Amino acid sequence: MSAAVTTEIELIAELVPAGARVLDLGCGNGALLAHLQQAKGCTGYGVEIDDDNVLACARRGVNVVQLNLEDGLALFEDRSFDVVLQLQTLQHLRNTEKMLRETARVGTIGIVSFPNFAHWPNRLSVLRGRMPVTKILPYQWYDTPNIRVGTFADFEVLARRHGLNLLDSFGFHAGQAVRRWPNLMASVAVFKFERSQPGAIG
Amino acid sequence: MPNPVTALSQAAPGFFIARIIAISLPTRTMATIGHVTPQKMFFEPPLPLMSGAWLAGYELVYETYGTLNAARSNAVLVCHALNASHHVAGTHAGVERSEGWWDNLVGPGKPLDTNRFFVIGVNNLGSCFGSTGPLDTNPATGTPWGADFPVITVEDWVDAQALLFDRLGISKLAAVLGGSLGGMQALSWTLRHPGRVGECIAVATAPNLSAQNIAFNEVARRAIITDPDFHGGHYYAHGVLPKRGLRVARMIGHITYLSDDSMEEKFGREMRSAELGYSTQDIEFQIESYLRYQGDKFSEYFDANTYLLITRALDYFDPARAFGGNLSAAFEAARGKRFTVVSFTTDWRFSPARSREIVKALVDNRIAVTYAEIAAPHGHDAFLLDDPRYHGVLRATFDRIAAGLAP
Repeated sequence: MSAAVTTEIELIAELVPAGARVLDLGCGNGALLAHLQQAKGCTGYGVEIDDDNVLACARRGVNVVQLNLEDGLALFEDRSFDVVLQLQTLQHLRNTEKMLRETARVGTIGIVSFPNFAHWPNRLSVLRGRMPVTKILPYQWYDTPNIRVGTFADFEVLARRHGLNLLDSFGFHAGQAVRRWPNLMASVAVFKFERSQPGAIG
Repeated sequence: MPNPVTALSQAAPGFFIARIIAISLPTRTMATIGHVTPQKMFFEPPLPLMSGAWLAGYELVYETYGTLNAARSNAVLVCHALNASHHVAGTHAGVERSEGWWDNLVGPGKPLDTNRFFVIGVNNLGSCFGSTGPLDTNPATGTPWGADFPVITVEDWVDAQALLFDRLGISKLAAVLGGSLGGMQALSWTLRHPGRVGECIAVATAPNLSAQNIAFNEVARRAIITDPDFHGGHYYAHGVLPKRGLRVARMIGHITYLSDDSMEEKFGREMRSAELGYSTQDIEFQIESYLRYQGDKFSEYFDANTYLLITRALDYFDPARAFGGNLSAAFEAARGKRFTVVSFTTDWRFSPARSREIVKALVDNRIAVTYAEIAAPHGHDAFLLDDPRYHGVLRATFDRIAAGLAP
């Protein structure tokens, strides 16, 4: 391993163009938005449901809107953001497809990350007959907030079905981007896409 | 002839505290501001009102807390709602239970920290708590204004507040803060005087009243106006007060300030006595007793004409109206400001959906905003309580503003 260890935040930040207007869905404590603002001159808003995270964003001075993503993104106009981020969020939402459509509606570019259920230790665990409990998926099957567990390969199929044009896709594991066999070798899947169906604005 | 003015100005602050205690929440003990003295400023030049009328020779009553810094940059205006006043925080010497209506938020070490900010509360025109209103003498007739007091709007209040700051030598507010009707004033500041305010904190408010809101106001107004003691609004001359109407108005209003759940928890179907009285007119349920008590108290200190004026100001507030109903177009004027918007999930009078309309208008204009939707059980009244999540967000906002102040 020659490349320096990086964080998911730093890796994602590299995918965001400088000066972009960013909507971060499930923005957590606002660390990524703050980083994008300071390091890349980006602007934008975070959306978050958790009280403590909203407070953390307020303390950082990061714009935040407290909303339940399950209620949709009616607050945001079509194509009103250059980049819509949905990092480690998709797996918590009941309405995965709706959120993906909304992401594509609101932003020019979407960036999504989620735990890759097909990572090889997970496969081994299932082969042994047990649901995986790992660093990335630390919950038991009965208490997990990850109500949508999909794989890197699954998302490719879903993206195609929704007419999303994949600009980049790779895995992330142990502080490294994983471009070789990501469906097997990465604990996290990362996709960067744009809307490509006819009738798209712009 | 009774002198309603004295009776009115005494009872107000304690009432608010009583209401807060009534829904039994612990009040955190923190350093308080101590005794404060209201101040007065007289304005000779007529104030142009939105109605086209002019109000000449008026007086504004206000209180200040904390110290204006050398750069005169740390002033924060706190706007009051329907039945409150300039007495935001601290106590009045010699008056029992006279804590200001937002004493849990404003004071040394509190979220709006008077060790860092110079906080101002201004009593709105048309009020019955000291600023010129229907109880005062109409210079044209030499008798109380009564129902002839000009109709006042949120915008008129904001303009009058701006004139007060001219006189106080404050060219720009660090922030303007308000809840409910006070929140409307805070929003209006950023639209009418955007160059004179840095940040806006709007709590439990709305970009305009819904039909249901206006309906409640109209019921309250009809209760007052149809009281036989109302005399077309000139009851002072008859030596009476339309207390029956005011009581009913207050009872209606009070219902809308509480959530279904908090009312259920506090009163439920609790009865006054173990046996049914089989009476249609006596108090049977505790909620009846509570509402009657609130109505009685209110009718002792609040002026009926003021109630009519303030509910109408609420009805009329609608910054989008001049833009064909487009709130986002209205908020273009506020570009460059920073907003903190807070709503409460059980507030059905000014529901979170109404706050989201404000947030959408801000986002459409790429205006900076923190929007917190607090899952508090107390309905509209939650904005006067000290839920730690709510106060935490306001503290974060004011900490950030304080950090950016010139010394």
